[in-house]
Amino acid sequence: MAVLSEEQEMLRNMARDWATKESPVSEFRKVRAAGQPQAYNADAYAAMAEMGWVGIIIPEAHGGSDFGFLSAGLVVEELGKTLTASPLVATTIAASAILLGGSDEQKAKWLPRLASGETVATLAVEEGTHCDPSAIETSVSGGKLTGKKAFVHEAHGASLFVVAAKDGLYLIEKGDGVSLTTRKLTDQRSHADIQFAGASAEKLEGGGDSLLGDVLDRARVLSAAEMLGMAQAVFDTTLDYLKQRVQFNQVLATFQALQHRMADLFADLTQMRSAVEAGLQAVDSGFGVARAATIAKAEANRVLHAISNQGIQLHGGIGMTDEFNVGFYLKRARVLEASWGSSSYLKDRFARLSGY
Amino acid sequence: MPTQLKSDVHTSEDAFRTEVRQFLATNFPDELKGTGNMMAGLDGPTDENPVQKKWREAVGGRGWGTPTWPKEYGGGGLTKGQARIIEHEFAKVGAYNPIGGMGVMMFGPTLLEYGDERQKLEHIPPICRGEIRWCQGYSEPNAGSDLANLQTFAVDKGDHYLINGQKTWTSGGQWADKCFAIVRTDRSDKHKGISFMLIDMDAPGVEVRPITMISGTSPFCETFFTDVKVPKENLVGKEGQGWTIGKRLLQHERTNISGGGRLAGMMGQSLGDIAKKYCETGGDGALVNKVLRDKIADLEIRWNSFLLTALRAVEESKAQGGVSEISSVLKKVGTKLAQDRSELLIEIRGFQGLGWEGDEFGDDELEDVRGWLFGKAATIYGGSTEVQNNIIAKRVLGMLDHQ
Repeated sequence: MAVLSEEQEMLRNMARDWATKESPVSEFRKVRAAGQPQAYNADAYAAMAEMGWVGIIIPEAHGGSDFGFLSAGLVVEELGKTLTASPLVATTIAASAILLGGSDEQKAKWLPRLASGETVATLAVEEGTHCDPSAIETSVSGGKLTGKKAFVHEAHGASLFVVAAKDGLYLIEKGDGVSLTTRKLTDQRSHADIQFAGASAEKLEGGGDSLLGDVLDRARVLSAAEMLGMAQAVFDTTLDYLKQRVQFNQVLATFQALQHRMADLFADLTQMRSAVEAGLQAVDSGFGVARAATIAKAEANRVLHAISNQGIQLHGGIGMTDEFNVGFYLKRARVLEASWGSSSYLKDRFARLSGY
Repeated sequence: MPTQLKSDVHTSEDAFRTEVRQFLATNFPDELKGTGNMMAGLDGPTDENPVQKKWREAVGGRGWGTPTWPKEYGGGGLTKGQARIIEHEFAKVGAYNPIGGMGVMMFGPTLLEYGDERQKLEHIPPICRGEIRWCQGYSEPNAGSDLANLQTFAVDKGDHYLINGQKTWTSGGQWADKCFAIVRTDRSDKHKGISFMLIDMDAPGVEVRPITMISGTSPFCETFFTDVKVPKENLVGKEGQGWTIGKRLLQHERTNISGGGRLAGMMGQSLGDIAKKYCETGGDGALVNKVLRDKIADLEIRWNSFLLTALRAVEESKAQGGVSEISSVLKKVGTKLAQDRSELLIEIRGFQGLGWEGDEFGDDELEDVRGWLFGKAATIYGGSTEVQNNIIAKRVLGMLDHQ
């Protein structure tokens, strides 16, 4: 764990407390059972906004607390531990786009609404099955945006979309010319393809040529923070299980084959935490962001992949049942691994950034 | 921090920085620029030339090679902040720290914690001045991973102990002046029968035989003790406390093997840059062999997260005090990654990366081949990876003892 300030420790403890008491995995089960495409509890999201969590990266002048990405990551990690379904990450990513590229007017209009929880927002980039920001066909003419976006996170709850077109990022409000097709993915959260047919679009003029890349890096570190919480939760749950399950008259935790596997996973988890925290801190410092965010998400992908698989294996048969939570983490893990860059995409990007 | 206090701290840091710069301008000779500290290596005793000696005495005289150790024992008595300034300013002008070796990395910190006043006054100052080389008498032929099975025995003879037995894998034993060793003083208890003692390597009855390794070098020795007299005042702590003290020392060792001073150097050249010299690249400068390129990126990403973990361990131990509990993770991960890196380097260079000797090979190529071979030891010594896994499982994760 990075060395935290007093405010950050308080924030993390508050988030941990809330997630444990108010939003355990049983709350995600309720959301799933309700079967709504929006796939989150609006009251819970209102409570998060009330506690100031949506405004963590937003300046005080616009209704936020300006605590930065490491602080936002602490909260997201705690929520990831209990698989809390909410548009917090999506809205924070959208807010970062407005912060980086928005005019004063756009910031003044939208950031307070995002911080207060009144408006849910999300980033829509991909047009195909993989992360590929270099293959965008969506275009804008006369202030009207046309194109199709695929697998957009939290699309159902969102009333504001940050949409990538050929020539930059645009803000589009839900309404005329915006139609959603629900895509049910294995994590049973909100995803949709969105058809924009001449929807009114307002460009984010600032941020320069690297705006989309910069926003994607912020999406990577925040998703990596959610994945860190998930990996930690699977690891802790699995360790607890090994300490109580008895076979051959011995608790499983006494078997050396299992001890060494857990030691390997612990080492992986330790590295993942270092990489993710460094990615969040890089965004706050503004130094080496592209590289740090690539490493953060690549390590998050590698380690959560391994831990989510081992979590099932080490639980044995009950790990395969819907009654146990460990399978939920596996299903959400793969969706997040595919978001904003799979492992192979990120390795390719790392090599390009390193000049080979 | 109030503004006034903050600026006071900065002023005193600035003053110290100026002091270090002046010291370097006066004392650091240009001809040593970019050379390394021979005390830190285990590969051999380079005879110190007068210029190196003068530099060592200048740094050692101020205690700046061991900046945070107490002044009364010859250390610098400085804060961690000041130590970082020294490190930073030295690095900027290409100056090495001439004070190093096992005395600094392992034995010194342990003696400062467990030694009595007389022992500290006797042994710490020569370490701070870089005058004494220490070696480690731990492993034995039948006590490797199961270190507590050691049999070298010390008989109480009143004013001294009489030691008989054999140590092995004594790093740098043939060049060491003194040895810190764990020996048995009681056969009735495996762990509580062990004591920590300091032995003169030139005492009668000490015999050292170097072992030739697969890399062709002989950095390790077998050390035989035959009726070696060790004065009672060379017992550190109490009789039977050796296992506790010895384990504490291993924590320092693990942190050092995994990183410490070696981290900076290893960050050095990117494998991608090396590969671009040996392998075909396309018009965009990218490696044409995409499978190899993927392997390199994969290793370098993991290498980066390891370095970040090492930095985090340092920050955590600064914030909390003491050795961070993730030191066992660092040893296990760092040594494995270094091995993976050596193997990948060979794949990158092909046959040119497998040279044993000859002018057709570059110095870096030959060194890396020896490093690849010698690196196989890193997952065995200092507590093998399997032992590290046991430690993590039992002490960190609270999994029960399998024995």
